[in-house]
Amino acid sequence: MLKVEHLAKRFGEKQLFEDLSFACRGGLILRAPSGWGKTTLMRILMGLETADAGSVSGAGRMCPLFQEDRLIPHLDAVQNVQIVCGDLAAQKITAELAAVGLGAKECCLPAARLSGGQKRRAALIRALLAPGDLVLLDEPFTGLDEASAALAAKAIHKHCAGRTALAAVHDPLGIQLLGWPVLNLTNPAPLP
Amino acid sequence: MKKSVRPLLPNQERAFALLFWLAVWQIAALVIGQKILLVTPLEALRCFLAMLPQPAFWARVIFSTLRILAGFGLAVLGAFLLAALARSHRMLAALIELPLQAIKATPVASFIILALLWVSSRQLSVLISFFMALPILYSAVQTGLDAADPALLEMAQVFRMGLCARIRAIWLPGLLPAFRRGCSVALGICWKSGIAAEVIGLPGGSMGEALYRAKITLSTAEVFAWSIAIVLLSAVLERLFMALLAAAEQHIVGIKEESQC
Repeated sequence: MLKVEHLAKRFGEKQLFEDLSFACRGGLILRAPSGWGKTTLMRILMGLETADAGSVSGAGRMCPLFQEDRLIPHLDAVQNVQIVCGDLAAQKITAELAAVGLGAKECCLPAARLSGGQKRRAALIRALLAPGDLVLLDEPFTGLDEASAALAAKAIHKHCAGRTALAAVHDPLGIQLLGWPVLNLTNPAPLP
Repeated sequence: MKKSVRPLLPNQERAFALLFWLAVWQIAALVIGQKILLVTPLEALRCFLAMLPQPAFWARVIFSTLRILAGFGLAVLGAFLLAALARSHRMLAALIELPLQAIKATPVASFIILALLWVSSRQLSVLISFFMALPILYSAVQTGLDAADPALLEMAQVFRMGLCARIRAIWLPGLLPAFRRGCSVALGICWKSGIAAEVIGLPGGSMGEALYRAKITLSTAEVFAWSIAIVLLSAVLERLFMALLAAAEQHIVGIKEESQC
């Protein structure tokens, strides 16, 4: 179980969050207004930022979907997944990419040539297929139309079953598609 | 009606420029009329072609080429090693960069004369090529390392990607364009400084020594012929090295073209 206890972060004069505590087993949606610090919180969980106070436990190995796609531009979608998933067969990866609407033609294009939505789905599949205990999804539906978002949500449900997953989502459609409990970060519930 | 002038293609432009300057050379040689001062391009070419079948010519080519390329190869290794050390600590970077800047600023002739005190003339061109190429390659490697995308490096860190995968997928694609440009410049410098070292140090059996002997015997055609050989060797080896580097890049980094789909 992921446990966040009394976390605080400040950037210069700006206090992003203070005394933030929550626990998570299974899927959880993090909701907060823009500029609250959701991405900073995600980066702290990933170990890319240090908190000013507080602690994070039970994070283990992470499978992140960053706010930006962060695909390796000269590799294709399958290679981008393969490079973090080790020995996963290309056929299996292609099938998973197809399930979110990426056809065979798109799968073998260099990532730099994919559209925004195609990149997002490739990055999502990379996060979902990567070995790890905690799936961190920062705005997973950015740039996706309703149909693509529905396919993406289906893939998230399939691959996050039995794992701890946190998703920073701000749009109501995304929250509805995921159907996970929502933690309002501006007023989080106390630790169980 | 106004006629539009079709622009020349780059290759045609280059061929035209070459022919123009050969014509200038020919006219200048004919006007001066003294073979000791300036031979015609045809005489220089004839002398160069006459040298080609001689085993002694190839022995000198091999002697100089091996040493200059050895200097270049050592500079490549040294540049990577020093760049890695410089990245490990800021103070080390300052320690490394100061002497490299000094080497860059020192005239090559002073360096050659100083180096003659340390090594035999036979190894001089290795040392000089090494020292002249090292600062260029070090800067190229540093520029290339700076070009690696920090967002991708973070991604690799969180996904716990292996070192080999990080090097192949993130570091090398950032590094190689700058490294290629650096190699192109450094190879040219290696040839120029290596031959200059041989002309001053006069190691027996080198191209530089032959160039010097041609000068003191007033064989101007031979001076030109050796210069042509050096320029051609430098250009051919640079092209060959760049082609090998491009092939290695394609193989190691696996950059995909759309046509491969």
